[in-house]
This record gives sequence, C-alpha cells and structure tokens, in this order.
Amino acid sequence: MIQTTAVVIGAGHAGLAMSRRLTDRSIDHVVLERGEVANSWRTQRWPSLRLLTPNWQTRLPGRLYAGDYPDNFMPVAEVVATLTCYARLIGAPIRTATTVRALRAAPDGYEIAAGDDLLRARAVVVATGACTLPAIPRLAEAVPPGITTLTPLDYRDPGHLPDGGVLVVGASATGVQLAGEIRRSGRPVTLAAGEHVRLPRTYRGRDIFWWLEATGLLAERYDQIDDVTRARHLPSPQLTGTSQAVMTDLNKLAAQGVRIVGRLGRITGGVAQFSGSLANTCALADLKMNRFLNRADEWATASGLDHELPLPHRFAPTRVDPRSPLELDLRSGEITTVLWATGFRPDHSWLDIPVRDRAGHLRHDGGVVTGAPGLYLLGLPVLRTRASTYIHGAAADTQALADHLHSFLSRRG
Amino acid sequence: MTITDRPVDNGVNVQALLGAREALSAAPEAAQFTFRAACTWLNGTHSRSSVAGFTGLGAEQQHRTTYEYDVDHPECFASEDNGATPVEYILVGLVGCLTAGVAAVAQHRGIQLRSVTATIEGEMNVLGILGADPDIRNGFEAVTVKFAIDADASRDDVEALLAQAQKRSAAFDIVTNPTKVLVELA
Repeated sequence: MIQTTAVVIGAGHAGLAMSRRLTDRSIDHVVLERGEVANSWRTQRWPSLRLLTPNWQTRLPGRLYAGDYPDNFMPVAEVVATLTCYARLIGAPIRTATTVRALRAAPDGYEIAAGDDLLRARAVVVATGACTLPAIPRLAEAVPPGITTLTPLDYRDPGHLPDGGVLVVGASATGVQLAGEIRRSGRPVTLAAGEHVRLPRTYRGRDIFWWLEATGLLAERYDQIDDVTRARHLPSPQLTGTSQAVMTDLNKLAAQGVRIVGRLGRITGGVAQFSGSLANTCALADLKMNRFLNRADEWATASGLDHELPLPHRFAPTRVDPRSPLELDLRSGEITTVLWATGFRPDHSWLDIPVRDRAGHLRHDGGVVTGAPGLYLLGLPVLRTRASTYIHGAAADTQALADHLHSFLSRRG
Repeated sequence: MTITDRPVDNGVNVQALLGAREALSAAPEAAQFTFRAACTWLNGTHSRSSVAGFTGLGAEQQHRTTYEYDVDHPECFASEDNGATPVEYILVGLVGCLTAGVAAVAQHRGIQLRSVTATIEGEMNVLGILGADPDIRNGFEAVTVKFAIDADASRDDVEALLAQAQKRSAAFDIVTNPTKVLVELA
C-alpha cells in the first residue's frame, strides 16, 4: 500500500499541468500513467495530425512556447517531445507503465488499484483524456461484412487502407482532415456531414484562434454558457493545423472531388441512407460562422484595431450539390472502407464510484466531481471554459482546481 | 425597424416550453410520448382518419376535440376527391411544424412576427407509384418550402430563425431522415 496525499491519473498535458500546480502548493502526489508521458499522442494519433492551435498558444503552466515558429502548428511528434520535456522541467513524480484498474472510495479518501500496486490518497485528479475511446454510432453494426471499418485511433495513412472508395462519417476537424488526406491519395471519398462547425483558418490576417482568444470567446465560463451540455458535445471546428489553406471546409473538399452527403441516418439491407437535411445543416454552420465573424469585427472596431487589420469580409456560403445522393449501396463494391470520424469519449469505466448521471456522464461542477469530495476531472471539452478543450486551457483549469483541492485538504486538517 | 416598448408576443408560451424542457430532463419517462391516429376505409381510395388522444407526461392525454381527416385521391386518378391526398397531408404536417417552430424560436429570441406565410411543394414522378419504372421512387424527389416572414428583425436574423426552426422540427426530421416503420396485421 502506497500512501500519498494526491494522485493524478494521466501524464498528458492536463495531468502534467496539475502536477506542476500541486508541486507549487507543496502537495505530495504521484502521477500514474498507463504508458509513457503523452501516451495517447504516441500511440493513438495519425502521423500527419497537427494541433489545431498555433504554437504561441500552446502554453503550459510555467512554460511558454520558445521555438522559432510561433505561428506554425505542432505535429504529433513535437507535441510528444514538448510534453516529455515539460515533465522533466517540472520534475513530475510519474509512475509510467502503470494502468489504473479501479478507483474506489476508501476511509478518508480513495483507493486506487494501479498496475500491481494499491494506492491510498485523499484527493484524486482524473486527467485521462477526452479522446480515449472512439464514439461509434450503433448503426455501425449494420455495415455489411467485407468492408473495412476503422476509427481515427487506428488510422495511420491512406497507404494502409484497402484500394477503393472510402466513406468518412463525420465532418469535424478529424473528418475533414482525413477525407482530404485520403482523397489526395487518389481514392474516391464520400463524406457524410451532420452538424458541423465551420471556421476559417485565418481572418483579416490573423489566425482564428487569435480571434477566439482576443474576443473573449475562449474565456467564457461553463456556468455562463447558455447550454453547456450542447457546448461540450459540439464537433471540433473544420480546421487543419496548417497555414497553407484559409479553409478546409466542405467547399474545399468538394473542390478536391470529395462527394459530400448528409448525416448517415441508417444502414438497411447494406444500403447507407443519408439525411436530406444537408442544406440546412450547412446553412446553420454558415450562420454560426458569420455570427462569430460579426462579433470579431465588432470587437476589432471597439478595440480600435480596424486601421491595422485588413478589411472585414465574408466567405462564400457552403455550396450543397442538389444531386448529392440520399443512398449509397455498401454492397456494390464502390466503398471498401468506412471510417468513423464520429467523435471520441473518455474512458472512465474503471471509476467505481456512483457519480454518474442517467446518461452515464460523470456529474461535476467545472471539474469538481459532485458527491465525491476530493475527486476532480481535467482535460475535457468546455470543462471550465471554452479554452478547456485545448491544451492551453489546462493552465487556468489546473490553477482553479488545485486551489479547490488545496482548500479541501486544509478544511479536513 | 420599429422601436416599441411592447413585449414581443407571438402567442407562444416560451416560459412553459423552457419549464417543460427542464422538468422533462429530470423525469425522462414523462418525455416519452406516443402519437396516434385511427383510420377507417370508406370506399375506393377514400378513408377517414381521426386523431383524438395521445400518451405523454406519463398519462393518457386528450385533444380538446376529435379531429377528422378525409383522405382520397383526385379525380384525375379516377377517384372521387373526397379529401386531400396522403402526400398532401405530409406537406401540411411539415409546413405546419416549421411554422410552429418559426413562431416559437422567434418568441424565444425576442423577435416580433407580423406575418408568416409559406408555400410547400413536393415533386413526384407518379411512374414510381404506378410501378412503371423501377428507377423512380414512390415518394417525393424533393420538397421545397418558401417562407415569407415579416418581422422586427434583420434578414440574417430571420434566416437564422428559419434554420433553427428546421433544426428543431420533428416533421422535418421525419421527412429528411430514415424512420423504421413496422406494418403488421392485428
């Protein structure tokens, strides 16, 4: 039995940032990591992936980006190197290759079964990541045999796919990036697009994340957002970590020859059926994008920046092909691969504590788990602010939660 | 734009809807509704359907009165035209649902409506239902709805209103997405 004051589960950006905050507060702790530092970045990300946020924004507590390319976007290997270096810099007390099997309530805290060890701690911070498991819709069971199905967690590059057409399901950042990459390899690609978030990479000469931060949008708190459940489940914006293209949206993909269809609604008798609501789905995304650009322009004017920025403009609306099919026969041989870019979910299955709501989500108030004193969540979309979704959001989140944890420990003496 | 101190009133009780959303999220079994209609064949292609009650909020509910609908085919299909065709009822359902949505969303967003009119068209090649061409589907190839909305709001806001009305419409979802349908013999 190992006794410690706090345990942090997960040595990704969030867990490491928390470790730094705990060290700052002289709170004795252990970081448990199933693999190595930045494990999911090492083992579960496709090689061409780059962060959606520019390097200057990839800030961790006590570490700002100091490289030569603040406006570039980190490839996966550089994220791994950055986090590995950060772990050393902060001297994080990490036990690697230690998978947590169970977390249970214990007298005066929690008991954690990890690897071959049993740990006791008064406080536990769960920072195991938001993208541990693929979220695959139940209709996936109806894909006819003989078709290769994979998720972005298994995907490496187009060369690993069988020859033939690919149906990419989902139009988030992942969906549009992979649809584009696979199309460029020469394969026919169909993209099924449900509700999505359209944003330009750059606007008026600045990166969109500059605007999202400058206008205060990313700082919006979870308890001030009108519908936080909805905000937490929004697909990631249709962006790619590259300055090469202003847009990596449906128009761009269509111009590359990707066939855009509506949301995949059902597979029956081997035939995939798509929603006829694509036009409205695209109209909603255009309206939402323009609402943000209006806010950006208003902010720029109010901040007196209009003279140093290029003039405001608007992007062409998303074009919807009226001939876009409503059905696709998956038995015809045209499609050989289905790629589920339908999102991810965290894996909290080892959490043996009754803290879930009816839908199976952990109940929490900005990361403070409800009904389990001393238990915290980190690194989830819109956990405390809209920035929580991104790496730099962990700085403020860990500050707030470490303060909460610290006062929880002091209260209990 | 008219400047007025009068509160926006489209005749929609948004507070009640928001209250229902909160109450039903806490009691999901009450949110499970079953809508029903009953149909009797009269003669030829003429039938009469009625709508009286439905299940919801954990209990049996009744409309204020029983509503009846005559369904038939037109004379050019060698029928007697005792009522609208089934597909026209689908159009009625869709446009009625979208219009209700426009009013509700406008109320929620503080937009005063002065008039809302809409026309809806469904294109259909009847060679499909006649079984004359296997490549032609039975149903509509496309449905077009045109709204004319006079409201205290910019064109952008009215477009957003219309987009949101589609997003939250049950009939729009039913028409645009596949739905499992079981037809059985009693």
